[in-house]
Amino acid sequence: MINLPIFPIVIPALAAIFLLFAPKQVRLQRGVALGALLVTFAVTVLLIFTVSQDGIMTVNLGNWPAPFGITLVSDMLSALLVATSTLLVFFIVWFATYYFSDAYESNYVYVAMLFLLVGVNGAFTTGDIFNLFVFFEVFLISSYVLIVLGGKGVQLRESIKYLLVNVIASALFVMAVALLYGTVGTLSLADLAQKIPLVENQSVITVIGVFFVIVFGLKGALVPLHYWLPGSYVVAPTPILAMFGALLTKVGVYSILRTYTLLFDGGSAFMQNFLIILAVLTIVIGMTGAIAYNDVKLIIIYNIMIAVGVILYGIALNTQTSLEGALYYLIHDMLIKAALFMLVGMMIGITKSGQLRDMGGLITRFPLFGWTFFIAALSLAGIPPLSGFFGKLLIVQGGVGEGSLFGPLLILLSSLFVLFSVIKIFLYGFWGEEKRVYDGPLVPYMNRLIVPTFLLVAVAVAYGFGAEAMHPFITQAIEPLVQPEIYIDAVIKE
Amino acid sequence: MNRKNDQVNDVILQTAAVIIFFIIIVFSINLFFAGHYSPGGGFIGGLMTAAALVLLLLAFDSKTLAAVLPFDYRKMTALGLVIAMLTSLHSIFWGRPFLTHAYDKFDLPLLGEQTLHTAIAFDLGVYLVVIGVTMTIIQTIGESE
Repeated sequence: MINLPIFPIVIPALAAIFLLFAPKQVRLQRGVALGALLVTFAVTVLLIFTVSQDGIMTVNLGNWPAPFGITLVSDMLSALLVATSTLLVFFIVWFATYYFSDAYESNYVYVAMLFLLVGVNGAFTTGDIFNLFVFFEVFLISSYVLIVLGGKGVQLRESIKYLLVNVIASALFVMAVALLYGTVGTLSLADLAQKIPLVENQSVITVIGVFFVIVFGLKGALVPLHYWLPGSYVVAPTPILAMFGALLTKVGVYSILRTYTLLFDGGSAFMQNFLIILAVLTIVIGMTGAIAYNDVKLIIIYNIMIAVGVILYGIALNTQTSLEGALYYLIHDMLIKAALFMLVGMMIGITKSGQLRDMGGLITRFPLFGWTFFIAALSLAGIPPLSGFFGKLLIVQGGVGEGSLFGPLLILLSSLFVLFSVIKIFLYGFWGEEKRVYDGPLVPYMNRLIVPTFLLVAVAVAYGFGAEAMHPFITQAIEPLVQPEIYIDAVIKE
Repeated sequence: MNRKNDQVNDVILQTAAVIIFFIIIVFSINLFFAGHYSPGGGFIGGLMTAAALVLLLLAFDSKTLAAVLPFDYRKMTALGLVIAMLTSLHSIFWGRPFLTHAYDKFDLPLLGEQTLHTAIAFDLGVYLVVIGVTMTIIQTIGESE
């Protein structure tokens, strides 16, 4: 099948379009959404194995040859990320079917979730930078729908901020694309990678690179472009928050990974230092936020920033080891952040409060829930052999290999802060005495809600224990980033 | 003009709108078919048609429009997406890349030899999506009063 890379984008889109016809039939909506996601996941697994055997797959849409037409490129990096996002959305939709009320579900919520996946999968798969912008818009527009749904006052206030930030970021994105096109004369990533080293004035390329980092940094919440993130995310309902936290910031990080390694890593050391400084700032601000708040949602939200910073540090070092670590950590973080958001959402649903001082003793009534959280917490902090460990280990190895000590030490220190912040939730939320009889709206649904959450944590744990089995795939994913010739040859066949 | 009076005298607007409506529709269809080799296409054609509908909406009201043209514009958007998606997908069955279009020359009665292109079906999808989305937006904003 030469069209295999298109299916992870097309199947959710077809399902979403089908669901547009019957918005009020909630059971149908749930069934079709889950079924389509399962089929999509099966296709992505097939894609991973095809790519691992036959190498990078490309589709020239409309049969226009590579540097002129639109190309979709599935290398191992994009195949792995597409599979992870599809699996995540499957678990989140499963969770959402128990979490949302029927009235909420009949407002196109699954349609928007599926279209969000279309955008995310498309952004991971596309082989030219203009379509990266198009797919960014697809998932952004879906995310506007999702963040506004429900229409509470505080939600509307935050969604205005979210919308403004993203509209401005999109405008900057188009400007950056235009500058790039004006300088190099092409937008295909492979063609750009060939032609950028030939540009005489390399400082122009650096300026455009900084432009792109700002655009993607706004999506990925790098300090100092993170100010919108905690406010906007904290007002969203749990499944939506899990989707945003696990997928949207990571698309920004992926875009930096792709464009930096392929396009902007030549020339001066400026870009590298710039990215390292951003990464360090992001980690520091994330650490501060994670220990400063007592609101469980905000603690996990600031943990997103720590993770983004750690991954960005791995990207900035740009060696085989550190990039492997960054990718390993990226996938780990997508899985575990979604699980943690679902878990803290359940805590809030039981106790009707987001504050730690109103919680306590949850583990006596919900033991499985408590221990699931405990394992997810340890995994997030990177306790071996859980999944967070290997990514950080590789990034730290990469940093030390480059002769830098400050970065690796900061990453190790950030692990302690992460551990402290999540164990704080565990101690105050689950341990101790029950403060009162918890009668939140989610209590009757706990037995069902825990199933997708537990399975997702189980996947994350399996990912940690299967690190050795994953390693060849990760290595194959990183090779085209370190040696762009592999990527260029695969796309532009001469 | 007396704003308190509900019976606003808009005979001129209403009479003109009915005639202009058809002119705009015909022009939008012309634009739609012009689209492949010259300026025009499903997007512009759709916007033009939606503009004609908005003109009717301004001259009369949303109830009249709903009585004359009883479409569910959300379903129309979905239908447009289905058409566009299926046209893009058909090439997969012939083992060609996604979105590849097919065309050939046909001898049509009355019209003589003409080129038929699957891109027109894709454009029809775009046309329906644009009308559907524009009208949904206008109705959602307009009906809240």
